[in-house]
Amino acid sequence: MSARVGALCGHFEDIEQQRGAERLGMWMFLATEILFFAGVFLAYTVYRLWYPKDFAAVSSLLNVTIAGINSVFLLTSSMTITFAIRACQTGNNAALRKLLLATALLGAAFMALKAYEYATDYHEGLVPWSNNFGHETLHGHDKPMLDVWEHDGVSPDRVKIFLFFYYSMTGIHGIHLIIGIGVVLYLYVRAVRKTLTPDKYVALETTSLYWHLVDAIWLFIMPLLYLAGPHTVHQLGF
Amino acid sequence: MSTDYGHTAKSGASLDHHDSHPHGHAPSYLHDGYGWRSWLFTVDHKRIGIMYLVMILAFFLVGGVLAGLVRFNLVSPTGALVDNDTYNKLFTAHGVVMLFFVLIPSIPGVMGNFFVPIMIGAKDMAFPKLNLASWYVWMAGSGFAVWAILAGGIDTGWTLYPPYSSRSSHSNVVPGAMGVFVAGFSSIMTGLNIIITVHRMRAPGMTWGRLPLFIWATYATSLIQVLATPVLAIAVFLLMIETATGWTGNPVGIFDPAIGGDPILFQHLFWFYSHPAVYIMILPGMGVISEILTCFSRKNIFGYQAIAWSSVGIAVVGFIVWAHHMFVAGISYYAALLFSLLSMLVAVPSAIKVFNWTSTLYRGSITFQAPMVFALGFMVLFTIGGVTGLFLATLGTDIHLHDTYFVVAHFHFVMVGGMVLAFMAALHFWWPKMTGVMYSDFWSRTAAITIIIGYILTFMPQFYLGYHGMPRRYPNYPPEFRVFNVLSTAGYTVQLAGFLMSASYLLVSLFNGKKAGPNPWGATGLEWAIPSPPITHNFDKTPVVVAAPYEYSLNLTQTGEKADVR
Repeated sequence: MSARVGALCGHFEDIEQQRGAERLGMWMFLATEILFFAGVFLAYTVYRLWYPKDFAAVSSLLNVTIAGINSVFLLTSSMTITFAIRACQTGNNAALRKLLLATALLGAAFMALKAYEYATDYHEGLVPWSNNFGHETLHGHDKPMLDVWEHDGVSPDRVKIFLFFYYSMTGIHGIHLIIGIGVVLYLYVRAVRKTLTPDKYVALETTSLYWHLVDAIWLFIMPLLYLAGPHTVHQLGF
Repeated sequence: MSTDYGHTAKSGASLDHHDSHPHGHAPSYLHDGYGWRSWLFTVDHKRIGIMYLVMILAFFLVGGVLAGLVRFNLVSPTGALVDNDTYNKLFTAHGVVMLFFVLIPSIPGVMGNFFVPIMIGAKDMAFPKLNLASWYVWMAGSGFAVWAILAGGIDTGWTLYPPYSSRSSHSNVVPGAMGVFVAGFSSIMTGLNIIITVHRMRAPGMTWGRLPLFIWATYATSLIQVLATPVLAIAVFLLMIETATGWTGNPVGIFDPAIGGDPILFQHLFWFYSHPAVYIMILPGMGVISEILTCFSRKNIFGYQAIAWSSVGIAVVGFIVWAHHMFVAGISYYAALLFSLLSMLVAVPSAIKVFNWTSTLYRGSITFQAPMVFALGFMVLFTIGGVTGLFLATLGTDIHLHDTYFVVAHFHFVMVGGMVLAFMAALHFWWPKMTGVMYSDFWSRTAAITIIIGYILTFMPQFYLGYHGMPRRYPNYPPEFRVFNVLSTAGYTVQLAGFLMSASYLLVSLFNGKKAGPNPWGATGLEWAIPSPPITHNFDKTPVVVAAPYEYSLNLTQTGEKADVR
């Protein structure tokens, strides 16, 4: 059954049938992904509506600068992978390799910054199992966040729910992105070996569909988590 | 495709490879390679279907034994066999095994894999490797579930409701949930593959209006699998993480109301999948019944369009009824009213199917071979299950009947009386095509009747028990309920006898069954236009479809041959 003629697998009648099947297959898969993330978005929304003050309080502590830079990285990578499809179709192997590598590097840069952010979060106690969520510095006075929150009526239990969603949503997204980087690198290796020929561009096209979805999901996650509470200019690092 | 009946009289199985080339050139899929490697690394949709079949039958045996232990424990009002803790684990394991490892993959995994490409005239599924992967992923999921059971079981019921499951239960919730989570991905892969195959792989002339109704039903099922299963995945994922935070001694309350979580949210997410999942379990069965009723009454199907679109209707409406499982869980009255109304809407497409099937039977030339007996049993039992479902959809009666044996009887009528009988019907209908041999006519009919009688005896008394207040999942009950529980257990043994009978004659047929020939039932589908068992690529050359699927009045197959030459 695996008899292949060029790009065409033996069980298809012609190449256009195969391409149609592969594209539609990826779209259906993206539908399942949307439903998958929809579940966690729904759960997040329920608690955000129940506990708006608590969510806003802890959201303010997240590093919105890194999230912003990361958004730029992902949007740019969506552009490079789209150009890569064109390069593949026209048989421009040099451009194809560069664009695929750029896409993978931008994705990796996102993950590197994200890892750095996780490390600082951990350092500041912004983890669901923490009993001490860092401190606030105002006019030179250090005050533990727990004291600030007690004064404002923010419950640590609810803060933990937010952090749980923060790690779940960014974590699931991160896993998706790592898989995406892996697939792009695999395509890069194929491009280097000159086996990603113009007639096989659909492999790259379906990968790009997945990549765009992971990108788009980040564009929902970012405001939901990072912009749920106010950020001061000081926090932005200016 | 010429129909060669020269082999009909000859006995001796097609599994014997000395006679593996009945039609000259290509070997049948069973003889295209031997040894375990040729099976475990195959991408042939037919072999993958057979691998699903073997494992599903094994799990059916496990689930059936667990059901037997539950039933025999209920012979005595104080529990005849096991202590209460073990009883909880038994019915939970029965539920998990039967739902996720038998019913959900049963017809999509076996008949869907085997027959969807053949019935639309394709050489294979659109994504053969993904198809094989789905089997392995499913096996991995079942590995987690078996681990959970062997490590001491789960005592939460198959619904895994928190906060009990995440906080109080000291049983193996996480491996069990992991099994459900992983098996779900296999379900998505199969569903996705079938959808793309139906969209893109149809032979010339196989328009949507000429698709067999089994394909329509499987297609609708696949839509549910693809769109609902991810939500279960995320619900179970959150449940597992919440349980894990409990282990750290610093719990987070996603579903735990003591620390700010909402247990009803889990129920919403869970039933958003698990209610459509009951349509995953019944819709393919309905497709099978449509194939069989028309074939064995030698009449064109009545209301093709109505049956086809009612499958899609069930799939769509099935998505907006989930909260009827939660009428007494504390949702608002208005939500409950709305979901009660919507739930009743599902009865409409289901009833459309039953009425059309009945009209198909009307004045047909009905013969009662085993597939037909199972199919008729399905019609009766499914209708009872469906109508009692309306009692439960009605808000007022549900408050009385909720979590009683009435519910147990209702969904067993649909799941067992519906899907298991449909699976048996499909197995008997397509057995000659899958294996190339025919089973004993007498014993198969006897087994079918035995199973149906045993079935009614098992679950009819439970309606009475439930209506009079016996709660589900309780190991003990007042002594006046004993006679009905004993009747129910007696019914279980009758069913067991029937299933053992089926297992025997099907196994025997493999070794000395008569050759079936390509079209033993004189049916019209594309699958009957090729040799039994089919060759690896299904068709020597791509078939051209010229007719609607059920032209029994013209005695015409879909390729324009004479259907019944007996």
